Amino acid sequence: MKFVVWVPLLIPLLAVPVARRVTARLSPRTAAWTLGACSALLGVCSTAALGVLALGGALQIAPVAALEGISPGLLDDRTQLTLPVGILAAGLLVGAAVAAVAVVARNWRELRAARQAAGTASGELSVHPDERPYAYALPGPFGRRGRIVVSSAMLRSLSAEEREVLFAHERAHLAGRHHLFLSCAHLAATLHPLLRGLREPLTYALERWADEVAAEAVGDRQLAARAIGRAALAAVAPEGRPRLVPGATCGPVPRRVAALMDSGTTRATGPRGSRRRLVAALLVGCLALSAASTLHAANELHSSVEMAESRTDFR
Amino acid sequence: MTEERGDRRPSGELEASVLAALWAADGGLTAGEVRTALGSELARTTVTTILARLHEKGIVTRSRSGRGYAYLPASDAPGLSARRMRAELDRGEDRGRILARFVSDLSDEDEKTLRALLNGGEEADA
Repeated sequence: MKFVVWVPLLIPLLAVPVARRVTARLSPRTAAWTLGACSALLGVCSTAALGVLALGGALQIAPVAALEGISPGLLDDRTQLTLPVGILAAGLLVGAAVAAVAVVARNWRELRAARQAAGTASGELSVHPDERPYAYALPGPFGRRGRIVVSSAMLRSLSAEEREVLFAHERAHLAGRHHLFLSCAHLAATLHPLLRGLREPLTYALERWADEVAAEAVGDRQLAARAIGRAALAAVAPEGRPRLVPGATCGPVPRRVAALMDSGTTRATGPRGSRRRLVAALLVGCLALSAASTLHAANELHSSVEMAESRTDFR
Repeated sequence: MTEERGDRRPSGELEASVLAALWAADGGLTAGEVRTALGSELARTTVTTILARLHEKGIVTRSRSGRGYAYLPASDAPGLSARRMRAELDRGEDRGRILARFVSDLSDEDEKTLRALLNGGEEADA
């Protein structure tokens, strides 16, 4: 317990760079799932560890401990949970909770505003008569079908077949519910600042995932690469675009175009062969350690309280 | 890109392609011109059906052109601007203050128009 409770808080220092290395060589789809899962697990575990520290600290205060029917002096010394650490943890926890609520509320507001601006006309395509070229995938509310928002300038800057690539790309974002991956990573980064490092590779993996689906849909990788490149060159970030929505013009475009031209057989940089498996095993180890240490810390706190209770009864 | 592939796609996707072709064009397009613009992977009747459906939904407007119709995307520019202003209002934290500042910065004419509208007058009254 002395140090176990700190593991979930510190493990992102190792897990984030390892996850970035591992996913650089995975297929975009697997990479996105891996990065999303890492964000969620590490975020939940670090927050739970803060909770254990805060609770342990609170039990050092006599009136709080009295609620559990124990006195602080009876708590097991092994826990090493002190009041100052508890107060710090509680402060961080409250800060993280407030920030998380603010982030969720802001994202929701932005999505709702963008949905209103997209209008109520039926059809999956919402065209904004706008001289600035842009395009993005706007998810629908509560699992309803999303829409493709595109400006008239963007439609004019692409040929008919390139427009098909753009639409296929945005449809892939909508069908894969990619905004949920982004929300997850965004929220995790709010809960633990070290998890911010997972957002950039996740955005890239999601764009590559949609690029691959689009290339398959039009059956021409060269065409897909050209369309993505042209759309990205023309694009600007529109004011009303919610932060959380994916779009064909996001992420490092030259790398995406190069990956499409590579005919999908060779993949980006990263360790190979046995070293690759070693790094992957390291990532699994980090995640398992994070989860196990969180459970262990919570369990220790629980059993030390129970022991204190039985000692109180004994007296 | 055979004709078969084009016709087998879901009709919602075809509607998007046709609508995009109309937006990308400079003027109105006939069904035949839309088909050419799309690389003629679609049957002419399919294009005609989609255009008729888009017209029914009010997404495109049409005018007589020779024996058929020329189609134009219906650009509801005032509606879009109004929706954007509302979206901007929704995004802000303090609706009351934003509205107050907006109204105080209006020109006299705009203010008159707004007053007339709020009093249930017609837009033309202004």
